[in-house]
Amino acid sequence: MEEKPKSKINLNRVEMPRQDPKVRAHNYKEVALGYTDEMVKEEASRCIQCPKRMCVSGCPVNVDIPEFIKAVREGDMPEAVKILKSKNALPAICGRVCPQETQCEAVCTLAKKNAPIAIGRIERYVADWDLGNKEKRSPTELPPPTGKKVAVIGSGPAGLVCAADLAKLGHKVTMYEALHTAGGVLMYGIPEFRLPKKVVQAEVDYVKSLGVDVQLDSVMGKLATVDELLANKFDAVFLGTGAGLPMFLDIPGENLNGVYSANEFLTRVNLMKAYLFPDYDTPIKIGKKVAVIGGGNVAMDSARCALRLGADEVYIVYRRSRTELPARHEEVENAEEEGIIFKFLTNPKQIIGDDKSWVKSMECFEMELGEPDASGRRRPVVKPGSEFIIDVDVVVVALGTTPNPLIPSTTKGLDITKHGTVVADEQTGKTVKDRVWAGGDVVTGAATVISAMGAGKRAAASIDAFLKK
Amino acid sequence: MFKIIAKEKLTPVIDCLRVEAPALAKKAKAGQFVIIRVDEVGERIPLTLADWDAKEGTITLVAMEVGTSTRKLGLLKAGDMLTNLVGPLGLPSDIEKFGTVICVGGGVGIAPIHPIARSLRQAGNKVISIIGARNKDLLFWEDKMKKVSDELIVTTDDGSYAAKGLVTEPLKAKLEGGKIDRVIAIGPAVMMKFCSITTKPFNVPTIVSLNSIMVDGTGMCGCCRISVGGKTKFACVDGPDFDGHQVDWNIAFDRQKVYLKEEKESLDKWESCQCSK
Repeated sequence: MEEKPKSKINLNRVEMPRQDPKVRAHNYKEVALGYTDEMVKEEASRCIQCPKRMCVSGCPVNVDIPEFIKAVREGDMPEAVKILKSKNALPAICGRVCPQETQCEAVCTLAKKNAPIAIGRIERYVADWDLGNKEKRSPTELPPPTGKKVAVIGSGPAGLVCAADLAKLGHKVTMYEALHTAGGVLMYGIPEFRLPKKVVQAEVDYVKSLGVDVQLDSVMGKLATVDELLANKFDAVFLGTGAGLPMFLDIPGENLNGVYSANEFLTRVNLMKAYLFPDYDTPIKIGKKVAVIGGGNVAMDSARCALRLGADEVYIVYRRSRTELPARHEEVENAEEEGIIFKFLTNPKQIIGDDKSWVKSMECFEMELGEPDASGRRRPVVKPGSEFIIDVDVVVVALGTTPNPLIPSTTKGLDITKHGTVVADEQTGKTVKDRVWAGGDVVTGAATVISAMGAGKRAAASIDAFLKK
Repeated sequence: MFKIIAKEKLTPVIDCLRVEAPALAKKAKAGQFVIIRVDEVGERIPLTLADWDAKEGTITLVAMEVGTSTRKLGLLKAGDMLTNLVGPLGLPSDIEKFGTVICVGGGVGIAPIHPIARSLRQAGNKVISIIGARNKDLLFWEDKMKKVSDELIVTTDDGSYAAKGLVTEPLKAKLEGGKIDRVIAIGPAVMMKFCSITTKPFNVPTIVSLNSIMVDGTGMCGCCRISVGGKTKFACVDGPDFDGHQVDWNIAFDRQKVYLKEEKESLDKWESCQCSK
């Protein structure tokens, strides 16, 4: 039965409850608490089911958004799950970390009225309902085995989706992970309070339930090369090795004790659970005053972890202004509410140590914005003679990451850019090397979870077509 | 999970474990390392390979009991499991025919120098090995080292066994005594530093193997960064072997001390838990 949209469009976006900032700044529990049953119905009812379906094209994996929202409105959760999962294998993750405000929600018809449907929040509700009602799940029907074998290298978002899609098509997939836990950046990078690890684990378990063999502790390029995989056992290989190499500033003092890459800082906290030290063996330095350099999501995550570890003051040091912050608006707002101090138009000149080689302060320049640069953002320029000192005892460098050269350097016949990324066809993920595909951050450089998932999905389709030839 | 096939105590505080890891054993090369995690709450710690057997599908690890992880490791027996084992990591040592080489192993560094000495000898080098320990009780693998060396010199700091003194003394004597083409030194950072200082006036290329603090061991975190020739390098992927004359030893020493306080706290807690068991 087709429900007619109400004549008066409801522009009151339903807010999602969040933990009180003062409380959550001291715990690792999830910040955003998710919609209640009533809230999700109310928000889903706001969708006018317009024929333009702009949201679908705004989604990197083209989820049938109006359809699943309609199912939610009608209270048919199993149907909503089915629609959602037919395009998105990891909705509980995407509902939490996708930048919907620049994708599906940005192009929502109601966005013009500043009240786009909260698609991400509804997605999260549906995915969490699914995780909480596994017994109601109809088991995924797998086709008979094709006898073809695919190696997926990396178990982050690109690898998980590629593996899941290939398994659903009947291919035998082995997924290799270098670390001791599957999930890639979802496990080591994104903190518990933004993406609970049990949610990631549940999604990994789902992929395993499709018959994917997950091999942990396996550094490909070292334990076996791509060529050996192709020669010995596999019909095709997908590279989803991400962008795991941290960039540093190359300024004096960067090797002082107390200076971390964001990768190290977050890996210690999230993967190694240093926030539970000494119950867990891995330690982390808890600063009194912490400076995080950078303005992306990783910088926000690092700053908020530092605060939760017990720092008195945490600064985000960013060389441009608030307008240019690359982090999600929601995360900037969360960080500010929790008490993170933003130092805009500030760039480090050097990190200064004490007589025992521990960080004691950082000398910074004031910056001003000049002409737009290649990225279209106004270029930050040093104000001469503007140097000033901030006292800090821990510095976290969150300037971005580049792909790990382990696979490129041990694989003949790949085309590698000067940025270290692997060249692959945008539509299919096919590399120039026979039987090898790639997708996610290893191709694009550091980007979003959902774009990596989209790449994994397209590559799976292309690999399937190749295997069926 | 990786099964421990055999375990022996080489000294009261140094453990030797043979672990089942067929794929790893097939790929291992002298100078490379692995990362292990002893249990589900454990740290990831790097250990340089002491030996491997591709046919048998095992690797051999030697560790000195100094902190929580290595103390836990010391309690494991044959038949027990290592929770995680990953490798082979890092670049292999340069093995080619150099001529006459000196392999110096200090303390627990005797273990990783062993396969390097063996490979260098197989490559046609004349291998002079110098191994040393603080005292007789801490010395091990004299017999194994003898087998892979043309000449073996043993020292103890306190003179409780063999020649009294530091490894740098016979090293200097050998450098003065004839043409040496290369020196490889593995042991405590301070020993490697002084070996490098000893060889410098003789202009002999000197390789050291840095055992920095690591997390992932694949270039992802930068925890193990050091300064070599004024450039920042990651011990895990650019090493662990580096030119000892180019290493900034002050940074290397400082960075090893980052977690001294936490390491003690962790060990104290673990010991008190062991006592109440």
